[in-house]
Amino acid sequence: MKRLHFIFLVLLFSVAVTTTAEAHAFLDHANPAVGSKVHGSPAEVKVWFSEKLEAAFSKLQVFNEAGQEVDNRNQRLDPGNAALLIVSLPPLRPGIYKVVWHVVSVDTHTTQGSFKFEVIP
Amino acid sequence: MRVPPLALAFLTALFLSTDKALSHGFAGKRFFPATLSTDDPFVADELSLPTVSSIVTPDEGGTRDTELSVEIAKRITPDFGIEAGETFLVLHPHGERSVSGFGNLELGAKYEFFENDEHESILSLGLGAEVGGTGSKRVGADTFSTWTPALFFGKGLGDLPQSVSLLRPLAVTGVIGVAIPASASTRTSSINEETGETELDIERHPSVLQYGFAVEYSLIYLQEQVKNIGLRKPLDHVIPLVEFSLETPLNRGQRGQTTGTINPGVIWSGKYFQLGAEAVIPINSLAGSNVGFIAQLHFYLDDLFPKSVGRPLFGRRY
Repeated sequence: MKRLHFIFLVLLFSVAVTTTAEAHAFLDHANPAVGSKVHGSPAEVKVWFSEKLEAAFSKLQVFNEAGQEVDNRNQRLDPGNAALLIVSLPPLRPGIYKVVWHVVSVDTHTTQGSFKFEVIP
Repeated sequence: MRVPPLALAFLTALFLSTDKALSHGFAGKRFFPATLSTDDPFVADELSLPTVSSIVTPDEGGTRDTELSVEIAKRITPDFGIEAGETFLVLHPHGERSVSGFGNLELGAKYEFFENDEHESILSLGLGAEVGGTGSKRVGADTFSTWTPALFFGKGLGDLPQSVSLLRPLAVTGVIGVAIPASASTRTSSINEETGETELDIERHPSVLQYGFAVEYSLIYLQEQVKNIGLRKPLDHVIPLVEFSLETPLNRGQRGQTTGTINPGVIWSGKYFQLGAEAVIPINSLAGSNVGFIAQLHFYLDDLFPKSVGRPLFGRRY
């Protein structure tokens, strides 16, 4: 009986540790950078995360100061880097814009956040 | 070889459907680390192994109290979890030989009943139990059990206005509870060697108000949500904090004698684990006059094993 329990525990532990381990996706860096001021309207917002993402469940949006979504609604993961989320932008007027992200990493954990950047002439 | 039915059911439960997993220690955009000296309000799958602390207490003319503990927490549902912990103590009174042994087994349960992502707020109710008689009397483990109902809270300041944006990485977590011993007093009889008479020593066990909070400034939050100030790894995942851990007896002749510590320190949070270290500073002479320390290695089981032991046993949450 003791051997049985031992084998069971080894089996349980082995299955647990061989599971592919990812983690929560934190924002690593962004372009425009978090809280930055940029001269001229950027063509796109790129956000690099700490983990690979599930494209179907991840979202990246940009809003103006009136709360209106201003991105081109074409977010995508970079084909060569599943941790890089990109959305393109139309020409933006000077002002403060808010980037909102809500992502799911490949281990199914969700994280969310937002940051602002300012477009200056 | 037959696998016990209960074990089979447990294994099956670990491999339930791969629904999206809600994360430990998050309220909205805010990541709250596991704090060292006070319990945080989150229900999670996590393992603290080990937590090490050492301080000289005022007992017996000054006793070096060194503790090595392990604690594991497991989610049963996304909002309800259980915990178990054990501590090995080494007590070295001044001028005497040290004694060592295990403390009483500690069990707990916690239920998250409120969370507001927009305001980074969370409230939980918990019940802890120190199981009397499971530890060694050599290190003073109580023979009676103690029950501690408690309220936990957490609040991130991410909803502060833009004019004070540099304060937004601040957060506060805390707990308030009452430790209620199952025995009001312990009576010990002994024979006076000089007189031969029987002497009775009565030790009273008061209920104790236990409360504490942690104030933390998250560089993760600063870099992610407020302003990239150019911090590179590993500094970009550091969370400086100060914890306050206090207790006040409520009755049985010890009412109002508050003791506690103020613990400034730092936590570094990585992909699968966090490291934390704090100084432990007594708040008054009753608590002691020497500075100690506490350090912890804490594993995020939900990140290490997201599809097995790191997810709730039952229920799902999107």
